[in-house]
Amino acid sequence: MNVTSGAPALSLQSVSITFGGLAAVSDVTMSVPKGAIAGLIGPNGAGKTTVFNIITGFYKPTSGRVEFSGADGGVARITGLPPHKICETGLARTFQNIRLFGNETAIQNVMVGAYVRQKGRWWMNMIPFAFSSSHNEEREIRHTATALLERLGLEKYMDATASSLPYGAQRRLEIARALATKPSFLLLDEPAAGMNPQESAELLGFIRRLRDEFDLSILLIEHDMKVVMGVCEHIWVLDQGMLIANGEPEEIRKNPKVIEAYLGKETAHA
Amino acid sequence: MSGMTDKKNAFRDNTMTLLAIAALAVFLWQAPRILDGYKVRIINLIAINAILGLSLNFIYGIGGMFSLGHAGFMAIGAYVSAILILTPEQKIAMWFLDPIAPWLLNLHAPFLVSLLAAGFFAAFFGWLISLPVLRLGGDYLGIATLGFSEILRVLIMNLTPITNGSLGIKGIPAHTSLWMSYGILVAVVFGTVRIMNSNFGNVLKAVRDDEVAAKTMGIDTFRTRVLAFSIGCFGGGIGGALMGNLITTIGPTMFTIAQTYSILMIVVIGGLGSITGSIIGAVLVTTMLEWLRFVENPLTIGSLNIPGIPGMRMVIFSVLLIAVIIFRREGIMGMREFSWNWFFSLFGSSKPTKGGERV
Ligand SMILES: Nc1ncnc2c1ncn2[C@@H]1O[C@H](COP(=O)(O)OP(=O)(O)OP(=O)(O)O)[C@@H](O)[C@H]1O
Ligand SMILES: [Mg+2]
Repeated sequence: MNVTSGAPALSLQSVSITFGGLAAVSDVTMSVPKGAIAGLIGPNGAGKTTVFNIITGFYKPTSGRVEFSGADGGVARITGLPPHKICETGLARTFQNIRLFGNETAIQNVMVGAYVRQKGRWWMNMIPFAFSSSHNEEREIRHTATALLERLGLEKYMDATASSLPYGAQRRLEIARALATKPSFLLLDEPAAGMNPQESAELLGFIRRLRDEFDLSILLIEHDMKVVMGVCEHIWVLDQGMLIANGEPEEIRKNPKVIEAYLGKETAHA
Repeated sequence: MSGMTDKKNAFRDNTMTLLAIAALAVFLWQAPRILDGYKVRIINLIAINAILGLSLNFIYGIGGMFSLGHAGFMAIGAYVSAILILTPEQKIAMWFLDPIAPWLLNLHAPFLVSLLAAGFFAAFFGWLISLPVLRLGGDYLGIATLGFSEILRVLIMNLTPITNGSLGIKGIPAHTSLWMSYGILVAVVFGTVRIMNSNFGNVLKAVRDDEVAAKTMGIDTFRTRVLAFSIGCFGGGIGGALMGNLITTIGPTMFTIAQTYSILMIVVIGGLGSITGSIIGAVLVTTMLEWLRFVENPLTIGSLNIPGIPGMRMVIFSVLLIAVIIFRREGIMGMREFSWNWFFSLFGSSKPTKGGERV
C-alpha cells in the first residue's frame, strides 16, 4: 500500500513568507512521498492554510521553493506559477471554508473541475452537427462527472443546487470537484471541520479509499486528532509558522514540544 | 429520470421549439400587413434591444463584469456596418466637409458581411480594452468602459475622414426588416443557449461566482473574463449595426450613456444572468420607453398646462430601476430560465418544477 519509493510527490524547501514584516511561515522544509497520506497540524494561526496557499500558487513565497512530481514522474519547480497552471500539473485542493460554485448544481460543479482537461474549444460546442469529437467530449465529461458523484455517494444531489446540500455532502462535493481535475496530489484543508463524530469516523475510511482508488498522494490539515492520528502516515507540526516536529503519529503523540504547543490535554488523557 | 423519458422530453421540447419558431414566423409575416409602420418599427426595436440586452447580460449577468460601455461597442458596430454597406458614390456625396479616407472609399460589402464585420470589430475593441482593465480587477471596469465609450464618441465627432464627424451617416439602406432582426435574434439566442448548456457555460458562471475556486480548478479566470467580455461586445456590435440599418441614420449623439442605460435596464429588470429575462426585459423596456414618450410632450389637463420636459422618460425609468433594485433585486426571472417543462407544468400535465429551471 505504501509505495514510497522514488522522488517525493511534493517537497517544500526552506519556504518562508512574510506579510507586512510578520513571518507567517518561516523556513518550512518538508516532503510528502508518493502515495502517502500525510498530515499538517498546528494550533490556530500556525500558518497551515498559508502553506497550502503557497503550494497552490495563491501566495508567492518570500523565499524558498516548492517542487512537485506529478503523474508523469518528472520533477518540476512550481513556485511562482499561477494557481490554474499548478492545477494543470496535477495538484488539487479543497478549502477550509467550503468554496463551491453555489448557484450551480452538483454535477455542474464537478464538470467545471473537468474543464482543465477538456480539449474542445468553447465555440465548437455552439455549432451543432460539426466538431463531433468536441460534442462527444462534452458527453463524456457529463458521464464521468455522473460516475464520480455516484462513487462519492452524491448521486441523489446530482441536479441540486450546490449551496442547498447538507454540510457533509458539500465537503464531499468539493472533493469530487477536485478529483474531476484528474489530480495526482490532493490537499485537504480541514476535511472534518463541522462534522459530527460519526461522520469524521467515516472520513477515515473515505480518505484511504480516495488514496487507493484514485491513486493519490494526500496532504491534509486537520484539527480533529482522531482523524489525523487515524489516517496519516506522517505528520508535520507547525507552530507560529515554524516546523517544530515531524514523524509518525506515535512519535508526534509523544513529542513534548508538540504536546506543549498544541496537543496538550488531548494526548495526556489519550 | 430514465433515458426513455429523457428522449421523449427532448422530442417534445424540440417539437415545441420548432412550433414556437413557426408561430413567430407567421407573426412576422402578418405583422407588416396588420400593423402600421410605427408599430412594426417598435417590434423591430424589441428584437434589437433583446440582442443588446442578451449581449450585455453575457458580460454583466453571466460574466459578472459591470460594463458601462455598451453604447460604445454599438457605435463601433453601427459605423463599421454603415461604412461597408454604402457605395463609393454615396460616400463621396456624403462626406462633403472632409473627404472620406481613401482606404475606406472602395470598401464595400453586402449587409450580412457588414454585420459580421461589425461584430468582430466591436469584439476586437472589447478585447483590447479589457486586457489592461480586467487585470486591475472588476471594480474598475465600469468606470473604464464608461470612459472608453465617451472617448469613442469624441473620436467619432472628430475623425471626420472615417466617420463624417458630427454630420453622421445618412441614407443607410434599411436592411433591418422584421425577418432580419428576428432571424439574428433567434441565432443569438440559439448561440447563447448552446454556450450556456455546454461546459464552458458552467465555467463562465463558476468564474463569476467564485474566482478563487475557479482558479483552483485550473481555469485561467483572466482569459475567461476577457473572452466573455469580447463575446458580449460582439453582440453589442451586431446590435448597433442592426440599429443603424433600422433607423438609417447614425451620428455620435445616438450612442450616449442614455443608450447604455436603457440596455442596462433591460438586463436588470429581466434578471441578471437569465437569457429569458433579457428577452422579457427587452419587450417591457422598449414598449414602455415608447409609451412614456407622452410625458415629454406638452400636456393640458383642464386649464393646467404642463410644458413638455425633455428627458422626463429617463427620470421615470431611473426611478423604476431604483425600485427594481430595492424591491426585486433579482429582476423578473432571477437566474431562472424558461423551459418547456415549466411551461407544461403550468397546465398540470407534467410534474411541476418550481418557476422554471435553473441553468
Ligand atoms: N493574506 C494575508 N495577509 C496577512 N496576513 C495573513 C495572510 N494570510 C495569512 N495571514 C496570517 O498568517 C497567519 C497564519 O494564518 P493561516 O490561515 O495560515 O493559519 P492556519 O494555521 O490555517 O490557522 P487555522 O487553524 O485557524 O485555519 C495568521 O496570523 C494570518 O493572520
Ligand atoms: Mg487554516
